[in-house]
Amino acid sequence: MLSAAEREEIEQVLKHYPVRDSVAIDALKIVQRHRGWISDETLKEVADFIGMTPADLDGVATFYNLLFRKPVGRHVIALCDSVSCWIMGYEGIREYLSSKLGVGYGQTTADGRFTLLPIVCLGACDRAPVLMVDGDTYGGLTPAGLDGILERYR
Amino acid sequence: MADLVKLTIDGKALEVEPGTLVIDAAKRVGIEVPAFCYWEGLSLQAACRMCLVEVEKAPKLMTACTLPAAEGMVVRTETPQVAQARKSTLEFLLTNHPLDCPVCDAGGECELQDMVFRYGAGESRFQETKYHVEEKQWSPVVFFDRPRCILCFRCVRICDEGLGVRALGIVNRGVTSEIAPNRGDHLECDECGACIDICPVGALNSGIYRYRTRPWEMDHAGTICTHCSNGCKTTLGVRGGTRIIRGNNRDRSGINGEFLCIKGRYAYDFYNHPERLQSPLMRRNGKLEPVSWADALSAVARRFSETKERGGKFAVIGSNHTTNEENYYLQKFARQVLGTGNIDHHRTGDAAALREALQGAPGSLATVSDLYGRKAVLVIGAHLALEQPLLAFTLRANYRHHQARVYVVTEGPVREDKIAAVSVRAERGRELEALESLREPLRGEPELVILFSDAIQGEAVGKLVSFGRSLGIPVQYVCLLDYSNSRGAVDMGLVPGAGGLELDEMKAAQDIDVFWVVGANPFESGRPAAKDAFLVVQDLLPTETVQLADVVLPAASRYEKAGTVTSVTGEVQGFRAAVQVMGAKPDLEIIGLIGKQMGVAAGMGPWSPEAVFEEIRKTVPGYDLPPAVIAAGGAAQAVWSDGAAGGRRRTGTVRSDRNGLFASGTLGRYSKILHSVLESRLDGRS
Repeated sequence: MLSAAEREEIEQVLKHYPVRDSVAIDALKIVQRHRGWISDETLKEVADFIGMTPADLDGVATFYNLLFRKPVGRHVIALCDSVSCWIMGYEGIREYLSSKLGVGYGQTTADGRFTLLPIVCLGACDRAPVLMVDGDTYGGLTPAGLDGILERYR
Repeated sequence: MADLVKLTIDGKALEVEPGTLVIDAAKRVGIEVPAFCYWEGLSLQAACRMCLVEVEKAPKLMTACTLPAAEGMVVRTETPQVAQARKSTLEFLLTNHPLDCPVCDAGGECELQDMVFRYGAGESRFQETKYHVEEKQWSPVVFFDRPRCILCFRCVRICDEGLGVRALGIVNRGVTSEIAPNRGDHLECDECGACIDICPVGALNSGIYRYRTRPWEMDHAGTICTHCSNGCKTTLGVRGGTRIIRGNNRDRSGINGEFLCIKGRYAYDFYNHPERLQSPLMRRNGKLEPVSWADALSAVARRFSETKERGGKFAVIGSNHTTNEENYYLQKFARQVLGTGNIDHHRTGDAAALREALQGAPGSLATVSDLYGRKAVLVIGAHLALEQPLLAFTLRANYRHHQARVYVVTEGPVREDKIAAVSVRAERGRELEALESLREPLRGEPELVILFSDAIQGEAVGKLVSFGRSLGIPVQYVCLLDYSNSRGAVDMGLVPGAGGLELDEMKAAQDIDVFWVVGANPFESGRPAAKDAFLVVQDLLPTETVQLADVVLPAASRYEKAGTVTSVTGEVQGFRAAVQVMGAKPDLEIIGLIGKQMGVAAGMGPWSPEAVFEEIRKTVPGYDLPPAVIAAGGAAQAVWSDGAAGGRRRTGTVRSDRNGLFASGTLGRYSKILHSVLESRLDGRS
């Protein structure tokens, strides 16, 4: 069951749209904020609420990188995995993160603190290599500078 | 109508209605523009890029499937540039497509294979490992092999738009995109298999057909589905003249186009049920024992002759499934040879009352094309999507293409509610009262088609017709019936004549001497009151009625004989035998042989389907139809006119079996496939 707060927030956004389907992305973002990720059960609840089929809504949920269909840690590190970053030292950043956190792509640290994911171009090529933690973007990365960034997220 | 648009395609000048897509315009002058994702009647996708054509003055190639014809447009569909573009498109489509054509079910009838053959995309520049995921089984009848999928989304659209089921969606993105059902790993849907037939490649497979044959090894026989009354054409693929391998309507012929439900596509499997009757049986010392045809026929003939001579009483019960020719011949035999008016069949809708109410208003019966073309449709007392699947499909198409206004009066929620302008809930028997609330909106419609189930019967039919007349607009009607030749049974006169007994009366009468039951199960729930009556039954399977019989004559099923049937909307369609089952004979032949044995064959005339149809053309009102049209696989419209046979019910009730998608009366019990799908257990009616 969607909580009263979740319903309320979705209804608020709905006011901006002429048809209920249009709220799909916002609704998924809202429940993800409350629940951390979108389980099959959650997906079905949202689909029922906005009048879509689960398969249709899953098409939306699985299309966007920042909607999570599997459980994630408290913080999500999204490392840009596109051509500009490849040229500017992506490999070193990826290796450092993996060994430092002890996880590969799609995995979560044992303490549930970080999940490491690749992401398509973040649109900050001028600062490549780039990563994003939760909503914050960091550019001009060097392996040495990563520790300081990770420290900010407990 | 707006002016026609003039354009030129490959040097051929033509005129089309504004809004016509170039791909459809090309078809009219015999030019096929290849396309994987385009499907006439569904929403546009433009995903596959195969239909690219050259348009003069346009800077680059255009997709013919989304391009409306414009005045003065000059289109070229097969230039070197177009061929190169299509070849490249194919190279991309084959990036991850496995080249397992030798074992793929679609091999030989695969659109991708045909196109690669045509454009010669034999070599690929891609050397990367192909993206692979394992095949999935979604239900007993549907398998999905992702690597073969070219993401045309026809399946998603037919399920959503055509069937109104919305069972499928697309998950993930790019190369990992995948068709997925709502429940992730299994389907919960109508199990109609439309997604399989519409798939241009071998990604969606039929669980019944897969790995059983190559398509070119089958013979194909066009038949009409033997289950519900809608009259869908189903083409059976047959091997060796004895095995039906599959049913489908891939060529979109018949009145159903691409539509078939689970019954039409899969539920032919009763024909080789282990309990299928393959020898005549006679009761000896209380037990049914196999006997020869000669013994069985002479026993029946002897009893019929004796009973007739001493003025005994016959009761003849016909079928909702047998052909027009068989029904006609049976009632003629009963009336002329046996001299009885006690003839009836299980009536599932009050078609006779409608005919009577419409006296003086010929042309008031709607056809399936009326249902697709009329501006407004009213459905009373039926869950159309489950009980009359083709009519529901046609109505949805009308709503989608012409924005028809749909009105629904039913007991509970129905799938048509989603497309309805107004849905009204009414208790059983109070539908006519509920109709009053729709009077004003219906008056505002330019025309109307009314579909009604057995909820409206007897006097209520007359009241409904009065209501229709009071609207002051042209109104047409469809009296919904259950089975594949329910309408033909009425038209051919399987109804009591003056003074004849009706079905319920026959069952209740103490003094019947001989019951003759042809393809029906009237004693499903109990013996007839006349306990000592001699019971002759012609049927396929050991039904309750067969168990009570004195003589059983094994009959051929629909798929083993030729003839015509009439759909609920009056289309008369023909079919020919697809297979032969040893021991069984068509009912027409059985009746003929009984007549021969009795020495009355000369008076009855030949019992070939063609000869009987000729007689029907001459004697049955509304059936003077062109045999050539029917023989060529077309549908000829029976005209239900004044003066057609009577048979208005005096007593008892008309009763629909309310079969859902996974039931089909007695016959449905013998289809394993119908019961194999999960939904057959979810649907309380099967």
